[in-house]
Amino acid sequence: MNHVVCIAYVPDTETKIKIGADGRSIEEADVKWIVSPYDEYALEEAIKAREAKGGTVTVVTYGPARADVGLRECLARGADEAVRIASDGLGEADSLGVAMALAGAVRALPCDVLWLGNKGVGTDAQVMVPMLAELLDLPHANLVTKLEWKDASIVAYREIEGAREVVEMPLPCVVGAQKGLNEPRYSSLKGIMAAKKKVIAVKKPADVGVDPALTTGEKAAVRWTKLELPPARQAVKLIPADDPAKAADELVRLLRDEAKVL
Amino acid sequence: MSNVLVFIEQRDGKIRKASFEALTLGREVAAKTGGALGAVVAGSGIAGLAPELAAYGAAKVFVADKPELALYSCEGYTAALDAAVTAFAPGILLVPATSMGKDVAPRLAARRKVGLLSDVMSLEVEGGRLVATRLVYSGKARATVTADLGASLQIATPRPNVFPASKGAAGAGEVVALDFAVTIRAKVVKMDVAETGEIDVAEADKIVSGGRGIKGPENWPMLKALCHEMGAALGASRAAVDAGWIGHEHQVGQTGKVVSPTLYVACGISGAIQHMAGMGSSKVIVAINKDADAPIFKVATYGIVGDMFQIVPALTESVKRAKA
Repeated sequence: MNHVVCIAYVPDTETKIKIGADGRSIEEADVKWIVSPYDEYALEEAIKAREAKGGTVTVVTYGPARADVGLRECLARGADEAVRIASDGLGEADSLGVAMALAGAVRALPCDVLWLGNKGVGTDAQVMVPMLAELLDLPHANLVTKLEWKDASIVAYREIEGAREVVEMPLPCVVGAQKGLNEPRYSSLKGIMAAKKKVIAVKKPADVGVDPALTTGEKAAVRWTKLELPPARQAVKLIPADDPAKAADELVRLLRDEAKVL
Repeated sequence: MSNVLVFIEQRDGKIRKASFEALTLGREVAAKTGGALGAVVAGSGIAGLAPELAAYGAAKVFVADKPELALYSCEGYTAALDAAVTAFAPGILLVPATSMGKDVAPRLAARRKVGLLSDVMSLEVEGGRLVATRLVYSGKARATVTADLGASLQIATPRPNVFPASKGAAGAGEVVALDFAVTIRAKVVKMDVAETGEIDVAEADKIVSGGRGIKGPENWPMLKALCHEMGAALGASRAAVDAGWIGHEHQVGQTGKVVSPTLYVACGISGAIQHMAGMGSSKVIVAINKDADAPIFKVATYGIVGDMFQIVPALTESVKRAKA
């Protein structure tokens, strides 16, 4: 059984975001980049499945050259091959443009299950799983916290508001990983050494059937026109806590009469 | 003159609150575009929902009523939505950014090869083009985004709990039955509903969250009692989830849910950057923490520096008295 895992290489969740000089993107100078945490769950599940049933795991990303570091990290954890669709020098693509490029790459690969995180922790659009499933004409389940394998199908447990849906779907299919699915492994020293020797296949969008002139910059279906930091919050009003009961009463009074939220 | 279509989410024949919010927003957008307001709802035995939608201004209600749509499936519900888009030819489509909406809208966007303004916190129409703001980098920044004006359809998913729901001048609510073929490969075979009465943090108007300061899972009943009195959902920090004290569905923050309730009460949460990103857009934030230097006080509206094990029970009693 063959697996493809799509990853996003995004700013570390610990990173402080600064606005870039153009006023519509982030200042990338001091940013540390990581494989999106949700993609780590996706990769782990794919590697576990390969260990149990054989096959290959290929990781794919769309991004500039720095994303090779992320791909190599996935190889070190146990992926067999890596593909990067190079965005170097191109304008910004929106989610649909990225999905089209990823779908193009996936079509050329042996793939019984396509895995990805339910969201990146960058643009946070949370659309890649359904978009890829649609472009590849595959069934999907997103926000998956538990999986069971059958002969030619998967039973996925999907987390929704106040409930859990149990979804059964035939292979090939797309799975969007949610926290709770597994505990991702660390790279082993042996894995890191082996990953250094592997070659990352770098492709141009045109190689996977996408014309960047139609999917990036002014032609992207969605464009960011401005990026700003969230508005600063007012200074905290501290309530003395010497007497817990009095403090609680004062807080309730403020919430009800001043903030009008109770 | 763009028509505006709104996707309505129902579970067990009950329309979800986020759908009324999206429909209200759709009515305001349609007033600006001069187009008609339509609603589309999928399910089984749901034709009776039309009058409720008309009360919010829907001129047409597209109904996809089939036994195989009784339980949600992305393929089935996307087919219904796609049929409604064909029938109504809207220029603008709004889908609530719930877990169902965030499943259906991207699938439709990819089918129609159009962009999607995801999880928006504000929405304007400027020269026929949708302009929205949304949180990115898990709440650490706010982007203004716009859809391609040349597109046949502009789609936005408004974030639940951000846009108010209100009834308006009633629409005709003309019911249009949708006829379309449906093939469902990913089938929902079962639905497990959580403990009754529990509100999900993603949908909640008020949230009471516990962090490392809760010390262990045995102390959740203390916070649950406050949740009960306030009508709040129970949230948790990553520290509490990773310690195994509570399930991930409660987690607020960058690797959990990004929330924006009217009231967020953080108990024993120091305020890691990921957590603050996830709740920083809440209208009012209360911090209860014994460490006066905890970063959470930098974003809090009201703060109490003290022992949560004394403050929280007192607060529960105080809220109870205030309601009486």
